[in-house]
Amino acid sequence: MATKKTSGKTKAASKSASKPVSKPAVTGAASQKQAVPAPARETQPALRPDAELATREVHSPVIREEGELALKESAVPATVETPSAAAGPAPAAQAVTRAPAAGKGMRREISPRPKPQGNPYKPMPATVAEVIQETGNIKTLRVILDDAEAMRSFSYEPGQVGQLSVFGAGESTFVINSPPSQKDYLQFSVMQAGEVTAAIHRLSPGDKVGVRAPLGNYFPYESWKGKDVFFVGGGIGMAPIRTIMLHLLERKADYGKISLLYGARTPRDMAFSYELDDWLRRPDLDCTLCIDAPSEGWEHKVGLIPNVLLELNPDPSNCVAVLCGPPIMIKFTVQALEKLHFAPENIVTTLEKRMKCGIGICGRCNIGGRYVCVDGPVFTWKELQELPPEL
Amino acid sequence: MSITRFVTSDGLPGLLAFLSQNGRRVLVPVEKPANKRSVVFEAWKQGQPFTLEKATVPPKAAVLPQCETLLTYKKSKDPENPERVSISLEDGIKAQPTVVFACRPCDARGFAVLDRPYLEGPFADPYYKARRDQLTVLTLTCASGCNTCFCHWVGGGPTSLEGSDVLMTEVEGGYVLQAVTPGGEELLAATDLPDGAERFPQAEEARKAAWASLEPAPNIKDAPQKLAALFSNTEFWQKQTDRCLSCGACTYFCPTCYCFSITDEGEGLSEKGGRRLRSWDNCMSSLFTREASGHNPRALKAFRMRNRVSHKFSTYPENWGAFSCSGCGRCISNCPVCLDIRAIVLAALNAKQATAE
Repeated sequence: MATKKTSGKTKAASKSASKPVSKPAVTGAASQKQAVPAPARETQPALRPDAELATREVHSPVIREEGELALKESAVPATVETPSAAAGPAPAAQAVTRAPAAGKGMRREISPRPKPQGNPYKPMPATVAEVIQETGNIKTLRVILDDAEAMRSFSYEPGQVGQLSVFGAGESTFVINSPPSQKDYLQFSVMQAGEVTAAIHRLSPGDKVGVRAPLGNYFPYESWKGKDVFFVGGGIGMAPIRTIMLHLLERKADYGKISLLYGARTPRDMAFSYELDDWLRRPDLDCTLCIDAPSEGWEHKVGLIPNVLLELNPDPSNCVAVLCGPPIMIKFTVQALEKLHFAPENIVTTLEKRMKCGIGICGRCNIGGRYVCVDGPVFTWKELQELPPEL
Repeated sequence: MSITRFVTSDGLPGLLAFLSQNGRRVLVPVEKPANKRSVVFEAWKQGQPFTLEKATVPPKAAVLPQCETLLTYKKSKDPENPERVSISLEDGIKAQPTVVFACRPCDARGFAVLDRPYLEGPFADPYYKARRDQLTVLTLTCASGCNTCFCHWVGGGPTSLEGSDVLMTEVEGGYVLQAVTPGGEELLAATDLPDGAERFPQAEEARKAAWASLEPAPNIKDAPQKLAALFSNTEFWQKQTDRCLSCGACTYFCPTCYCFSITDEGEGLSEKGGRRLRSWDNCMSSLFTREASGHNPRALKAFRMRNRVSHKFSTYPENWGAFSCSGCGRCISNCPVCLDIRAIVLAALNAKQATAE
């Protein structure tokens, strides 16, 4: 499923075109536009007692397609909630209700995806089933939702994230790094860095946690069908790569050659080490491992990921590169991919930001007008090029 | 004919008493004498003095309290089998019917700004929605502008009705109340106040006079594009924010700032448990976006102010079609170093070359 990010303006234009201002048939509609005479200011609201009552006039400036500041007039049919039967004699007590603004909604499109139902702030209780020490500072947790029905019906797409709660310490965002076909548990790999991750690292099997998931968008793997896919994972950035890579390998017939370049500082920093032999052996995966500096007994590549990538020299002609890692690795790997003539729309990455709400409101994970928690975390390089450089 | 009513100045406490019926909380501006005198919204009780001045702090907390409980959590053990532990999570979303009385049009427009991300985005915020659905806004139109307010720059005005249910305008001897939503209509119809139609022309005169008192507004329609083009011009932003202290007063006093943080308080999962809180957060703080790794996308105060100004005048408009500034001017009047957001927007509009990569 491709992330549909139409330009906000085009969207708005089509919206305003398709939504004529629908005014209820009440007299005096014209008077809405009639400004209280103050010649210098044309955009002020008309306020007359005969103005339509059943409407809420919205006169915020609207930036139109052509960049014109205009009056956005919204007329809304009266929607008055019926007071509850127990309300008693004073109807005004309960009947006050907010008329929703017409033409409402965002001017940017959020692609369809699985998302949590009900109160989006309320985690699902879950129990830690297994803790795997991946490296010195990375642990993988497998958690099972306490509500068996919720666990059974839980579905997500590769690349979607979850907010993992340790009650008392808080929440942090991690990609669900098991492939969606794994229905027994949700897997998160966590590098210890701050308070919440330290609390996560103290968890043992049987401990209770909370999960808000699935959040965010996912890898547009449907649009990669028939193409080669080249995965690049750096350090803990291997986690999201793992979920999408295993997902594609389950449907290998739909895709061309699948390659992985996985790099870490040292052999001891490689998460999923117990899977690497399998990945190296698999005939359907071309797996390359690399570390930053030579190390005794290391039989694979040595060098920084972008350099090893250039050496591998993947053919960009029918290939999508999917990468994840620390910001510095992303920066130089993208440069390497551009050198290899990968088009920006064929470079896909998944971002991390500090997040709280995870639902596009709290205001800290935005890059310009996009929110990593709802417009991402998966972006193509082309999409990121159109956003302000605030990574 | 819109419903109008007239209330005498002496009749205001009676109106407040009516509004307080049926368990409604009525938030009124109350004067707080202190070293620095302030006016804040407080729940009205019979006999409480109040003022009709513009409040120092906007009534945003009526829908977005400074701190609120999102969840309480605790663990319980199965008495039969103490090994079996379960978590209980309670969200307890509830809201009291609330009337905001005598806020100003800029404050009311603040509610409209909050409504979009909280109600119309990909997820509706259930806590906000519960309060918003129970909120009635009675707005006192302004008699004149002042030197820090600029509501008419951003699509509002001293008599703007967006976000309001009832507009109140001062006339000789009292106030004309005009319903502008069905909710406001119903509320006015239930009062025993006399009809205001006769005095409505006076109210109209007062509203015209209010508009006439304003300085002409510059045209800022190009602000979204201009600010976006200046994003990478760090020099511009550093110059604009040189004296900023990153204190965050501007966000605290803002009727349209809505960023928040979520934190846990109390014990972890125990039988006593704790709670998960939401509190106002402040994008002027360097901790706001700092990641656990130490990486910070907005490490400089210049970048943080860029985010604040761009959100209000560029990215929010891009997403929602309206500025997320209601021009109340509180960030200007409360800034300890006299930063003026109007000046930043105008500087952006006048900036010659857009980008210095």
